[in-house]
Amino acid sequence: MRRHAAMAAGGAISAVMLAISLLALVWTPYKPTAIDIAHRLAPPSAAHWLGTDPLGRDVFSMLIAGGHNSLAVAVVAVGAGILAGVPLGLLAGRRGGVVDDLLMRGADLMFAFPALLTAVIITALAGPGALAAALAIGIFNVPVFARLTRGATRALGQRDFVRAAMLLGRHELAIARVHILPNLAALLVVQASIQFALAILAEAGLSYVGLGTQPPAPSWGRMLNDAQTYIFTTPRLAIFPGLAIMAAVLGLNLLGDGLRDLLDPRLRSLRD
Amino acid sequence: MTGWARLGLGIAGIVFACVGAASAPAQAKDTLTLGMVLEPPGLDPTAGAAAAIREIVYANVFEGLTRIDGEGHVGPGLAASWTMSPDGKTYRFALRPQVTFHDGTPFDCGIVKFSLDRARAPDSTNAQKEIFEPIAAIDCPAPEVAVITLKRPDADFLYGLGWGDAVMVAPQSAAQNQTNPVGTGPFRFTRWVKGDHVELARFPGYWGQAARLSMVTFKFIADPAAAASALLAGDIDAFSNFPAPEILPQLRADSRFSVVVGATEGKTLLALNDARKPFDDIRVRRALAYAIDRHALVTATMSGAARIIGSHYTPNDPGFIDLAGTYPYDPARAKALLAEAGVAPGTRFTLALPPPPYARRGGEVIAAMLQEVGLSVDLVPMEWATWLDQVFKRSDFDMTIIAHTEPRDLAIYAREHYYFNYHNAAFQSLFARYRETTEPAAGIDLLQQMQRQLATDEPNVFLYVLPKIGVWNAHLHGLWVNDPIPANDVTGVYWGN
Repeated sequence: MRRHAAMAAGGAISAVMLAISLLALVWTPYKPTAIDIAHRLAPPSAAHWLGTDPLGRDVFSMLIAGGHNSLAVAVVAVGAGILAGVPLGLLAGRRGGVVDDLLMRGADLMFAFPALLTAVIITALAGPGALAAALAIGIFNVPVFARLTRGATRALGQRDFVRAAMLLGRHELAIARVHILPNLAALLVVQASIQFALAILAEAGLSYVGLGTQPPAPSWGRMLNDAQTYIFTTPRLAIFPGLAIMAAVLGLNLLGDGLRDLLDPRLRSLRD
Repeated sequence: MTGWARLGLGIAGIVFACVGAASAPAQAKDTLTLGMVLEPPGLDPTAGAAAAIREIVYANVFEGLTRIDGEGHVGPGLAASWTMSPDGKTYRFALRPQVTFHDGTPFDCGIVKFSLDRARAPDSTNAQKEIFEPIAAIDCPAPEVAVITLKRPDADFLYGLGWGDAVMVAPQSAAQNQTNPVGTGPFRFTRWVKGDHVELARFPGYWGQAARLSMVTFKFIADPAAAASALLAGDIDAFSNFPAPEILPQLRADSRFSVVVGATEGKTLLALNDARKPFDDIRVRRALAYAIDRHALVTATMSGAARIIGSHYTPNDPGFIDLAGTYPYDPARAKALLAEAGVAPGTRFTLALPPPPYARRGGEVIAAMLQEVGLSVDLVPMEWATWLDQVFKRSDFDMTIIAHTEPRDLAIYAREHYYFNYHNAAFQSLFARYRETTEPAAGIDLLQQMQRQLATDEPNVFLYVLPKIGVWNAHLHGLWVNDPIPANDVTGVYWGN
């Protein structure tokens, strides 16, 4: 029961963050890049719910627009990881042998690299920007999904319904599509929610060091960076984006943990 | 679970960092650690334009024939006195006796001839060759007398000789000055830990008043937040050019520190590539000038502590006239001028931003202001090396934000090749006449005409004079309040009680 409550809370937080981020597509209280020097560093008020920053920009508008940017980067990053990782995992899992060895050792190699460091190198080479950040983060999602898919595919390969399909001479692609992928879906959803949280953190980290979302586009990481020198005088400038990052990551982690418990048959049977 | 653990670790880390930064006693001492934002590319002021070079070695390690003090006045340096011939073409310098370089090389007229000939040689890498261009000959009638003959009178000659670019260097050591500077100053170079700091130690054989500090460390901290922490923690005694104006209220309230806001020579510009369309059109340049609310810019980026300018000249300079009102903030007029010049709304430009906060923060503000008049601006943050190569050297840019820290450098607008590509025969002739005038009143008049010409042509959008925000330990005395030239002259610095 407690686990369900945690998952519900995680789901609720994630849903609210998602809704607000999508809202930013069509509406923000102020234009998040609109500068209003006369009202700089205004405290929270009815006009500016979370106050304004040193350039007079509305912090709430920046937060929700920044959330939208984080979300977009995370979607691209996790999407790229799934689109590239799942087929590779299927290939390795179904083929086995040398192909499997090569792909999985490649994945090991990527896991051995410090992810953020490599992301820094990639964005430094490709030029900083949201898309480069998304791709840099996405590259590290590829082995995650490849490995997960490969393990599950191998396990499913021993199951009777897959063997039956093979005996019937079904094409490998058809077997993957009809018999394996549907059984992987739950696993992928759980992993995706966790990778999503990590991607949001990584995007904030890259933007914080100036390699992610570029000014003037708002971003949580850059808001934190800009707030650094104001930490003693106007700490709310750091607190709000910090809270936003925390809430997003916490919500997604709770949701992911809950989903895993719900969908993992072994854990479920233990509890029942 | 892992999320919580990570969060916990993060909080613990922050708390730890704060506690660790708390204590450092301020006792009577004779060493100084001075913070600087930028690390210089080398340490030879005669072979590089970077202000950071001068901010370490000027007056401390190297000295010139004349010397510029904290108020911008020219006084005697290695030349104790001089006389000028009535036609303004011959200077006779009486050199100080018993001066030696840090390696024991004696200083005499031979050194003067070597240094100036080296600086004006065709293959010289000196960043300010105009200083030496008027020199026709250097003669040594006696070891302690140097006679410099000019091709024509030069109003700024003695002033130019006081610049870091004109310091005296010895033939044996000149080639190594980039990494191991050897001068005649009261401090000698001891160590450079790349990426971290440069150390100087008192030179016992100094010819003049010995320095009161035994050792000076110049520590490089580019990040404004880290600079603030280092000051608060006592790791750094002084920041003569503090990069985070937004922290000043807090520092002012802290009795451990003196906060002294002075003026630099840093003319901060929105520099435009006048050779590139549409910036070759004066209406476009003026439109940009009208579009920028410079008071708001200064409030946002400098906490209001900077003076607006309307030309490439500062109030510290002789003959300054206030042209700040030439293009008052008027977005409607800017839009009209842009339309007149055929610049369609939504036209995109890039704005190159070097690392200093004035550029990075100012860039966001200016981009927003230009957006208000219908222009789209792509901000391109750059490291210094990239900026120097792409913008300064190859002139491959639309717009950039940069502070020119050299004093009285109207000469750059008369140059044939310079990165912003301003060419105006009228200005060039004004400048040529100014250089040759020996009559002070006429010189002032020409200086004012040049300022007006620049304000009229607006080759760059003139923004404000970079303030010199000095923050140092309240017991420290003798640091410069203003920055008439880029320098951290610590020869007179001492600790009081």
